[in-house]
Amino acid sequence: MSDLRRIRIEVNGKNHECDVETRLHLADFLRHQLGFTGTHVGCEHGVCGACTVLVDGLSVRSCLMFAVQLDGHKVTTIEGLGSVQALSKLQQAFHEEHGLQCGFCTPGILMTLVELLKENPFPTESEVRDRLSGNICRCTGYESIVDAALLAAKRIAEGDSK
Amino acid sequence: MKQSFVGVSVPRKEDLALLTGGGRFVDDLKVDGMLHMALVRSPHAHALIKNIDTTRALSLPGVHAVVTHAELPDTFRDKPIPLVHPNTAISQGFLPYVLAKDEVCYVGEPIVAIVANSRHVAEDAVALVDISYEPLPAISDCKDALKPSAILAHVDAKSNVAARVPFKFGDIDAAFKDAPIVLKESFFQHRGGSFFMECRAGLAQYDPMLDLYTVHLGTQVPHQMKRFYMDLLELGDNQIRVIAPDVGGGFGSKAPFYPEYALLPMFAEKLRHPVKWVEDRYENFVSTFQERDQYWEVELALNSDGKIRGLRGSFIHDGGAYLPRGLIVQWISATTVPGPYVMPAFSMELISAITNRVPTSAVRGAGRPQAIFVMERLLDQAAKKIGIDRAEIRYRNFVQPDQMPYSVGLIYRDGKPVTYDSGDYPACLSMALDRIDYAGFKKRQLEALSKGRYIGIGIGNYVEGTGLGPFESVTVRITTTGKIFLYSGAAPQGQSHHTTLAQVVADQLGVEPSQISVVTGDTGSISLGVGTFAARTAVNAGSSAHIAAIEVRRKILSIAASVMEVSENDLTLEDGFVSVVGAAGFKRSFKEIAVIAAGIPGYSLPPGVSAGLEHTATFSPAQSTYSNGSHVAEVEVDIETGYVRILRYVVGHDCGRIINPKVVNGQVVGGVVHGIGNALFEHIRYDDQGQPLTVHFGDYLLPQASDVPRIEVLHMESLTSLNPLGIKGAGEGGTLPASATIISAIEDALSPFQVKINETPISPQRLFELLGDAALGRTK
Amino acid sequence: MKASAFKYHDPHSLSEALDMLASLENTIILAGGQSLVPMMNFRMVTPDHLIDINRLTALSSIELHENSIKIGAMTRQRDLEFSPLIDTHLPVIQEALQYVGHRQTRNRGTLGGSLCHLDPSAELVAVCALMDAVLHVQSKNGARDVPINLWGQGLMTHSMQPGEMLVGITISPWQGPHGYSFVEFARRHGDFALVAVACLLRISANGTISDASLCLSGTDSSPLRVTSAEQILIGNKPSHEVWRAASEEAAKLKAINDPLISQKYRQHLARILSYRALEIANERALNSQGRHYE
Repeated sequence: MSDLRRIRIEVNGKNHECDVETRLHLADFLRHQLGFTGTHVGCEHGVCGACTVLVDGLSVRSCLMFAVQLDGHKVTTIEGLGSVQALSKLQQAFHEEHGLQCGFCTPGILMTLVELLKENPFPTESEVRDRLSGNICRCTGYESIVDAALLAAKRIAEGDSK
Repeated sequence: MKQSFVGVSVPRKEDLALLTGGGRFVDDLKVDGMLHMALVRSPHAHALIKNIDTTRALSLPGVHAVVTHAELPDTFRDKPIPLVHPNTAISQGFLPYVLAKDEVCYVGEPIVAIVANSRHVAEDAVALVDISYEPLPAISDCKDALKPSAILAHVDAKSNVAARVPFKFGDIDAAFKDAPIVLKESFFQHRGGSFFMECRAGLAQYDPMLDLYTVHLGTQVPHQMKRFYMDLLELGDNQIRVIAPDVGGGFGSKAPFYPEYALLPMFAEKLRHPVKWVEDRYENFVSTFQERDQYWEVELALNSDGKIRGLRGSFIHDGGAYLPRGLIVQWISATTVPGPYVMPAFSMELISAITNRVPTSAVRGAGRPQAIFVMERLLDQAAKKIGIDRAEIRYRNFVQPDQMPYSVGLIYRDGKPVTYDSGDYPACLSMALDRIDYAGFKKRQLEALSKGRYIGIGIGNYVEGTGLGPFESVTVRITTTGKIFLYSGAAPQGQSHHTTLAQVVADQLGVEPSQISVVTGDTGSISLGVGTFAARTAVNAGSSAHIAAIEVRRKILSIAASVMEVSENDLTLEDGFVSVVGAAGFKRSFKEIAVIAAGIPGYSLPPGVSAGLEHTATFSPAQSTYSNGSHVAEVEVDIETGYVRILRYVVGHDCGRIINPKVVNGQVVGGVVHGIGNALFEHIRYDDQGQPLTVHFGDYLLPQASDVPRIEVLHMESLTSLNPLGIKGAGEGGTLPASATIISAIEDALSPFQVKINETPISPQRLFELLGDAALGRTK
Repeated sequence: MKASAFKYHDPHSLSEALDMLASLENTIILAGGQSLVPMMNFRMVTPDHLIDINRLTALSSIELHENSIKIGAMTRQRDLEFSPLIDTHLPVIQEALQYVGHRQTRNRGTLGGSLCHLDPSAELVAVCALMDAVLHVQSKNGARDVPINLWGQGLMTHSMQPGEMLVGITISPWQGPHGYSFVEFARRHGDFALVAVACLLRISANGTISDASLCLSGTDSSPLRVTSAEQILIGNKPSHEVWRAASEEAAKLKAINDPLISQKYRQHLARILSYRALEIANERALNSQGRHYE
């Protein structure tokens, strides 16, 4: 017998009202109930960071929150960053620097960097690496990700911020 | 012709979808009526199954099926998972059933399969299955497994040896007799597992109207998976389609056919619902194949100038409880030992042991890192004993460029003699040593020492057999709408094949890579294929793409010349048109040419034209082509804590012709970081009863961004004549010598303390133990 | 790894939460969730009732009362990290926080959650032990205070009774110039500490150590004040020999032996990190008096 709750949640600027099973975590809710499959599930114990989203602008591990906790809150996922026709500066930098290979960890990494670049527009390489230490990538060895982050920072600082 | 794309860092075609949340990994796929599978897995490393009661599980609302071995279909109930590489040397090759019958032999072995409305409910049902076991003693460590009175891993086993294989060439007795220098060393090596970020997953659908099973599988080898399905489920060629969508990393462990995969189409047909299974991370630790342990005992005989006379020894490989992957990794380990060095005589015995742990198979590097570690550590020891520089001893033993092609004397896993086709090993090492200023290191080391800092430098060289056969398929097709398609049996998990293969074809057809649609990993789109593993795709699919594109180009020119009544030599291809040089208006579009090649019903094709503006190539290499590289690393060791920091890491790399430099660099850097994990962090531990102690990412440490330095990669391109573009594989080279290099550097940093390190990974605690009182540092 | 089913409750007031705790069986409180939810996903923890106290915003506060800092149990680690009050009065907390998990976990994790979970190597618990924190507990039946040294009763087990909830923590910062440090050894950035050492030192005008607090964590099931080291330190002038002797005391304390990390290595790290912690705290103590280390 499921325990259901109705929640009102804003995702990428749009309001949703849904009934959620209370044990459903936020990542599964976003992916399977709302169809935002961009956020990925890599470990379900809060280490790999693939599931990172922004809740009220702050990065969180969506596998460690139950969807029911998000009633009245705002979530930003990778789908809210840009589109194929209009990549954000951060996404564009990743494309130019080969900042992804299999792409599975990428959404979590992008959300982590969105938060970083908002608070620290001029991060050093070391600061980028420290902030990314909560996101595991098995493909790239991180270097191209760091280069993409630094390039994005430069461009965001130069032009309109995104 | 326009610019060449091969050799250019073309931004990836794969990126836009992945960067915007539009990736299509198996768990992203949703089909109406989809159900979810979960498994009951053995909690025992070794036990007999006495009884399974599924009553409670079956009565849970939302549960659609609960299946044990007894309820599997006739076609595969008693058919074990096939052995992928038969080898006459295998004396006891235990193979698992899809679901365990009456004996379980590792923690994690699947016993009962449950399908329910959601994964949540399926897991609820897992908890309601009642199984009574008779636990049996288990054997955990592979060295212990070979002791005379060892517990047997299987009830029916005669011993814990799956295979013993000797590898020999030259006169090993003469090599050791009267050898001025003989070293004897033992090594323990552990390589953990693949630990891709996306766990294994599959989604099976059965369409009764088409009588077709479609399985989306996170696999590296969809065509091989189709063959397994045809065999196990007794299906016809037109009844099963396997598709690898976006796959989040494979690293070797998504190549095997796993028991769970057989269950999905079975359930889809039985229940008339699509059925999905997504491995969770706990399952990943206990059921995805790993690479794990090897114990080596070796001796190296040298002349007093450091030249190798011969190497002999044996090693024990932890094969785990079953051997569906045969002896691939073990064989590669044995045949990689000589590496880039002249080895006059060699004798190695491979012993593949059976243990009560999850099976092992290839993980990026596939047994080569272990062989390289042995050779490189021995050379370090030899240099020390003789009193010559560690780089110098390598130079004295390298196979020289003028000795190419060089026959090592062993048979590689591809069944062919190990023959290095091209490469300049001394130049590659020099390139790396110069970049890191090896010559100036002694001075840096002494300066650091004067300030109480311990830094060291290490070297590791490798040769890697790449571009493994038998072939890879590529169809290049220009359709009657004028659009260009490339289909391939390659099945990428991040290696950027869509981009690199498009680059190769673009060069021949005079278009941009963005104008080519690439479809990989779909058995429905191309009938033959092998898959993406073992650094084989650029060589095989790249060559096939090249050959197919050349043939399509030839057809375009031939048809156009005929239709336009000009000489082929006067024609050029650009942007989807074939035009007369210097008369740009006199042209035909690819669309028009394709329509001609498709023929007009009732009419014969023009003379000399075969049907369709397309060609399928299955380039088949005569043998593997050998990449090589040299790694040099500087590290600092905090002797008080045992913490190792990598200060600099330089890679000298030669993979022949590079299609896309950024892609290759990404492979190398990613590989090095995996290797850093193998050297310093990654260890899967079991207790002596076969219980896994490492079952989550808190205990299994993957390298993080803050743990690794920038990796400096320098390239040489020694083209091979074994394929038309001169390409060699690049996917694993970064990983291969990393452990050897880093451990060599650590040992060098600790040389004031006479510490010898014959193991990998090495932890801070282990360094503390090896340092003894020296670790007290300032607190002494 | 999906959590087992539970009934979800989200009280909007403390008294509502306490009523729930008193009346429901097999309950668990959800605070930051960074330690709890992984365990629920692994089904290591299977409550019938999950009481989500994230709506109790009144429990998230950092206030200065006379000479004490009062921190609500639901105060996020992130808020401690960016708090000017903490920066001024309890900088050792901010130094400890740089080792606590990652930004994503600190955005949700709470001080109270850390104190109730009681991981043996938890940095914030160590700092509370360093500073003789007092924990405030409430139930439907009343409130009581628990000094930190009586808070834990074994591995990852607090001493609260059924129906009780941690609501706040009071820490009294050292007054006047003094030095602090928090030093940790972990395998990777953000990992659980193998061993960590927290330290406070006050140097008097005549150059001797007048007050010392040295706390180890990760060696045993709960943080340990190295009182024998503190006794060696007090009354002596800072020197290599004094640090050496004090750190040797830290190395003598009982430590856990497990398949991953041996007792000997833990004790060795206790020694090494104590030495480093003392050095840094001393340097800061001297700086706080306007002097420099010679």
